[in-house]
Amino acid sequence: MPSHIYVCVKHVPDSAATITVEGGNAINENVTFLMNPYDEHAITEAVRIRANRNDVEVIAVCLGKTAAQNTLRSAMAMGADRAILVDTERPLDSILTARGLAATIRSNGEPWLILTGKEAIDTEGMQTPFRLAANLRMPVATNVVGLTLCADEVQVECEHDPGMVNIIRMTTPCVLGAGKGLNTPIYPTFPDIVKSRRKPLTRLLLSELTIDSPSSAMVTEHLETATDHRNPERLEGSADEIASKIVDILKNEAKVF
Amino acid sequence: MESIGLLLECDQGRLKEANFGMAALVDRDQDQQGVAIVVNASIGEIRATLAAHGISRILHIHTTGPDGNPAYRASAIAAAMERFAIKSLVGLTSPEGRELLPRIAALLDAPLIMDCIDIDLGSHRVRTSQYSGKTIATINLQGSHFLYGLRPNVIEPRKKTVDAKVLDFTFEEKAPREYRLVETRTQHNGTPHLAEAQVIFAGGRGMKNGENFDLLFACARRLNASVGASRVAVDNGWVPYAMQVGQTGSKVNPRVYLAFGISGSVQHFAGMKTAKTIIAVNSDENAAILANCDYYAIRDLFQILPALERALARATEEYSSK
Repeated sequence: MPSHIYVCVKHVPDSAATITVEGGNAINENVTFLMNPYDEHAITEAVRIRANRNDVEVIAVCLGKTAAQNTLRSAMAMGADRAILVDTERPLDSILTARGLAATIRSNGEPWLILTGKEAIDTEGMQTPFRLAANLRMPVATNVVGLTLCADEVQVECEHDPGMVNIIRMTTPCVLGAGKGLNTPIYPTFPDIVKSRRKPLTRLLLSELTIDSPSSAMVTEHLETATDHRNPERLEGSADEIASKIVDILKNEAKVF
Repeated sequence: MESIGLLLECDQGRLKEANFGMAALVDRDQDQQGVAIVVNASIGEIRATLAAHGISRILHIHTTGPDGNPAYRASAIAAAMERFAIKSLVGLTSPEGRELLPRIAALLDAPLIMDCIDIDLGSHRVRTSQYSGKTIATINLQGSHFLYGLRPNVIEPRKKTVDAKVLDFTFEEKAPREYRLVETRTQHNGTPHLAEAQVIFAGGRGMKNGENFDLLFACARRLNASVGASRVAVDNGWVPYAMQVGQTGSKVNPRVYLAFGISGSVQHFAGMKTAKTIIAVNSDENAAILANCDYYAIRDLFQILPALERALARATEEYSSK
């Protein structure tokens, strides 16, 4: 029986896209969407682990709208074997997202490892990996920048702090939140992309899953475009004059010393 | 009166400056009382400092297991909150807070919003930036517990002297077998953490190589400031990823952000746009950052940085001799 590596991915607006607000609490989605950048590291690591093992299957899972299929196709172009899209039209908070992902994984076969990005760059909640692990009663490590498999455990390097790494040993199955230093994401070739079109993508509805309704929630009541107005003032003069002016700003305007 | 837990952070036994913004937040409302939560701390020193910032209750957690293990530490804090019926917890969106707050939220199945720029503890409403700082969301937390990660430096600390009482709680569980901290490796560069720094000297493509970052470190040391970098600088291997500021790096919120040789991409701004003052030095007059900063100089950074280091040296010596 094959082992399953699940990789949870999110379909997010391109970080360079111009974001505008619609209807008071949502964004105009008519912008370029792609795979959350941290999830690319998760897929890449899963594919690396699967290499030279014929009993391991990499399954990409995504909760989202129909358009999120594109991100799942990207995941398969990068090497995932198949994908599951859990269709939902409404935006979910991380409490419900984790329940949805956990239910999908439970109904698809025992996981060996679950990888995901350490956070999503759209809503920046920074918590879904932890909630997913709690739902599945598994240990979790985040900001993973190194991973070694050893017997029925994994050893991970977690960048806890800039310049500080925690070496953690976890039993499997476990949840791993990929950080940027983990690897260099796979860049799919054209044949990879063509091949990915033939890989299976299963779709189901969120309402088809058995999810116990949570007693807590995070409700976005209002969304507004952040405005930042700065009036740049040019500093002129010799290097020493500019340096003195900067010191003056630090001392008398910002009062940092 | 509602008790609001404040998850305090220490650095080598001393309370971090960023903690006191949380104390000021709780102090906004008469119906709230802050309870500082510390784990295996040197309580004597901490107590006096907290009392000077208006915190009258300290919940001191003693653990029998390894408190450096984040999963274990989170369990101890969640257990202490349950024991003392603390329903709200405020922590910092720092490296430690990013590890502990989501673990506690997951244990309690409680709502949590990280990186809050404002928090209304009474109505459980917060403001936080989303989409790389391009939008500000107002979010309502619903449930029986409420967890908040405050962005460091958004609330000005205040001095207010009170009498601080210590409550003790002992957490006797053993360390979890399924998650073990083997060791911690530190290669700290001796500067404050980016997320909490008041002043950041950052370098980008214009720095040309890793050695030149020493010019930034020299300035930073004069002010106990931190050093950051743009994505180009880390992708080229000049400095470690840990120093990256931006979309896929650290989100920072200093009083002053000084950008040297940084063009100012949208992704870089995502990490530093909330800085109170942005000062940019760039030899390219078309660099995007020059249109979105407070002060700029179109100059060769290799001329400005040594001059700035000398000026800072003079100014800080003057200051310390006063």
